[in-house]
Amino acid sequence: MSRWPTDRLLLWLLRGVAAIAGAIVLLIVTFLVMEALPVLRHVGVARFFTDPSWHPTEGFYNLTPMLWGTLFAMVGSVLIATPLGILSAVFCHYYAPPVIARPYRRLIELLSGIPSVVYGFWGLVVLVPLIGAIHPPGPSLLAGIVILTIMILPTIALMADASLANVPQQYLRGAAALGLPRWATVRGVVFPAAKSGLFTGVILETGRAIGETMAILMVCGNVVQTPHSLFDPMRTLTANIALEMAYALGDHRAALFVSGLVLMGMIAALVGAADWISRGRIYG
Amino acid sequence: MTKCTTLVVLSMAGLIAASASAGAQSTTGDQLAGKLVITGASTLAPLIAEIGKRFESLHPTVRIDVQSGGSSRGVADARQGLADIGMVSRAMKEDERDLSAFPVARDGVCPILHQKNPVQALTDEQIVAIYTGKITNWKAVGGNDAPITVANKAEGRSTLEVFLHYFKLKNVDIKAQVVIGDNEQGVKTVAGNRNAIGYVSIGTAEYDATHGVPIKLLPVGGVAASTESVRTGAFPLSRPLHLATRPSPSGLAKAFIDYTQSKAVHDLIREQYFVPLAD
Amino acid sequence: MVKTLERNLDGRELFASILVWSAAALVTATFCWFLGDIIWHGLSQISWTFLTAPPRNAGREGGIGPILVSTALILGVCLAVSLPIGVGTAVLLAEFTTDASLFGRLTRRSLDVLSGVPSIVFGLFGNAVFCKMLGLGFSILSGGLTLACMVLPILIRSTEEGFRAVPAGYRLSAAALGLSRTTTLFHLLLPAAVPGLLVGLVLGVGRATAETAALIFTSGYVDRMPESLLDSGRALSIHIFDLSMNVSGGDANAYASALVLVAFLLLINGTASWLAEHWLHRRIVTI
Repeated sequence: MSRWPTDRLLLWLLRGVAAIAGAIVLLIVTFLVMEALPVLRHVGVARFFTDPSWHPTEGFYNLTPMLWGTLFAMVGSVLIATPLGILSAVFCHYYAPPVIARPYRRLIELLSGIPSVVYGFWGLVVLVPLIGAIHPPGPSLLAGIVILTIMILPTIALMADASLANVPQQYLRGAAALGLPRWATVRGVVFPAAKSGLFTGVILETGRAIGETMAILMVCGNVVQTPHSLFDPMRTLTANIALEMAYALGDHRAALFVSGLVLMGMIAALVGAADWISRGRIYG
Repeated sequence: MTKCTTLVVLSMAGLIAASASAGAQSTTGDQLAGKLVITGASTLAPLIAEIGKRFESLHPTVRIDVQSGGSSRGVADARQGLADIGMVSRAMKEDERDLSAFPVARDGVCPILHQKNPVQALTDEQIVAIYTGKITNWKAVGGNDAPITVANKAEGRSTLEVFLHYFKLKNVDIKAQVVIGDNEQGVKTVAGNRNAIGYVSIGTAEYDATHGVPIKLLPVGGVAASTESVRTGAFPLSRPLHLATRPSPSGLAKAFIDYTQSKAVHDLIREQYFVPLAD
Repeated sequence: MVKTLERNLDGRELFASILVWSAAALVTATFCWFLGDIIWHGLSQISWTFLTAPPRNAGREGGIGPILVSTALILGVCLAVSLPIGVGTAVLLAEFTTDASLFGRLTRRSLDVLSGVPSIVFGLFGNAVFCKMLGLGFSILSGGLTLACMVLPILIRSTEEGFRAVPAGYRLSAAALGLSRTTTLFHLLLPAAVPGLLVGLVLGVGRATAETAALIFTSGYVDRMPESLLDSGRALSIHIFDLSMNVSGGDANAYASALVLVAFLLLINGTASWLAEHWLHRRIVTI
């Protein structure tokens, strides 16, 4: 242990601050559980996956179609946004002349702050009619995936950008000394060196994709059904909460909180799986 | 480090100074003063906010805070005392008898189509058939050969309840391709799709139609849809808009509710394309 | 740097080059389409009156002056709360916890889970805890605190990445020189970790400004000029939402407000970058 008294103070200060952060997570989970408890007691967990449909006013609470909607939208958008985002970052650092790289980076930073309602509004007014002209009705899983991709792209692009910036110069010089061409350097030297940052970026963007509410609400059609094609309208769990929370009372309201818990469970499972797969290999 | 410390100290001082003032609810004698918190339906929120602003200009020591959150929230908050007044955009239900409700305006609900859709009118039976999925193509009702995109409102919305009540349907029977939340979302969905049908508040639809949005309002039961026909009572699909309080209102709340129901705000109500009641 | 890696006309290199440039072009094109739409529809409404006057006729006329003030205040509260907590936790995770420790893994994973909670759940949480339990009611303070909770995971994780990137050599040399860990932290590591911190800040500010659902239930809908932090104040994102989805005929002002928001963000991001480069990062020389 360090012999400087300031270090002791710093450590305890930091621990206090981290405790606050930890407390927030616990508080949110507690809040969700407490609000969801009434309906879990009346209705039981199984019915949330086996009831015939989602019609809370009639007493039907099946969440599965919306669960699939959330999953498909998330997987679709992450699959498209991750390579685009990482390639954008590679572009900024290794392929673009500085006069293009700077404004490009500014553009992406800008886009991370645009409200979801603006994306949703644009999607509703521009994208949905476009898709509707190809294949009615227009509001669909595809619209949701496109809008989500645009929304989460800045997260992965900026995180990747920062991780690539942190790759030590010696690595790059070593690669040049060995005569490696550009893409080989990027793929063989830069990516492995930056993997913890890239990994964090993917986790953060997935979190954003799962939690997005407003934009999805406007472009996905909000019909409670399991989508069987890209052009089918669907409803995600988040859009469900947003649509119905304002008007829900009693068990209906508690059922919406159950869907919030399911969402948290989903991301906890994803994060746990990612942790298990990486098992120290990323942060080693 | 000194730069940082100064910044932190200054901002803390600023924050403390800023939070030193707070409003308190008080009604003293003739002088109206204090703050009213009003929560509830998002349809009513813009109207009540505008009325509130005019009230504030008449009584400078009063603050009227309007929040949205939905009719059910308005009812719940009024019951629990979290809000002074609740805004409810529908007729009061049986189990809401414990609240005192004061109607402030009326609003109609009508079906809308895209302007370029050749269909000019639909009978009640046709609308029911379209919404329950029995008719799926416009040519069955005299339109183009195109599949119908049905837009329904989300569960719990007052417009949905008015619609279901009039056409004697249940929400489980409706087969929709799109479910919308707010009125404007419905308007934009129909405006972007030539083969869509939806239903929204007449006020919203009339405003948009007269300002260049490519939609048209369909008559119901032979009566043309407009704020005028809602005013005369001829239009069958209409809903009252209420302000509700838990015990009978008194003091500032009563003064505000009286003001809302007075003729002085009829121009504001018409400006928002609702129908004033006192006529 | 770029010049030392000669572009090799090997097939794989060419393919990679095409891929990277197309990705960038696709991204730029989509974003320009999107931004172009906003600029096209919103530019005509912008004027000095628009930026300073209060809204009239439910926002269809008038301006957004009080709303800009409320937004700035909410953002200020959010950053004032989340920056110390976020950077502190990140420092703890990066400097004072080993990679294998259970505490470290648990905290990181809970933060990841937190980043996935939907914004509307945060709104309801903020409403229950800050507005009701702590008695703040609908206020800028509740809104700012709720946003701080939302922004924390992003801030912490990217700042932590920033610290990880600092070479071990710095810490070892500092220890060899007998510097206390506090000094090492403030004078050596923090300036070097600024890129990570900056990304976290930009992403966090972006997320906070973009937030709608969380603020409807916490900082509220009132569009009056706020007189204190305990007053309810409408944020710009909520104003845009109301104008486009709730008020008929509000589209024109919705676009204009969106444009103002974009300009606002450019200003903040630009200032943050400039501050980072000129104030903190230049204190140390990178080899």
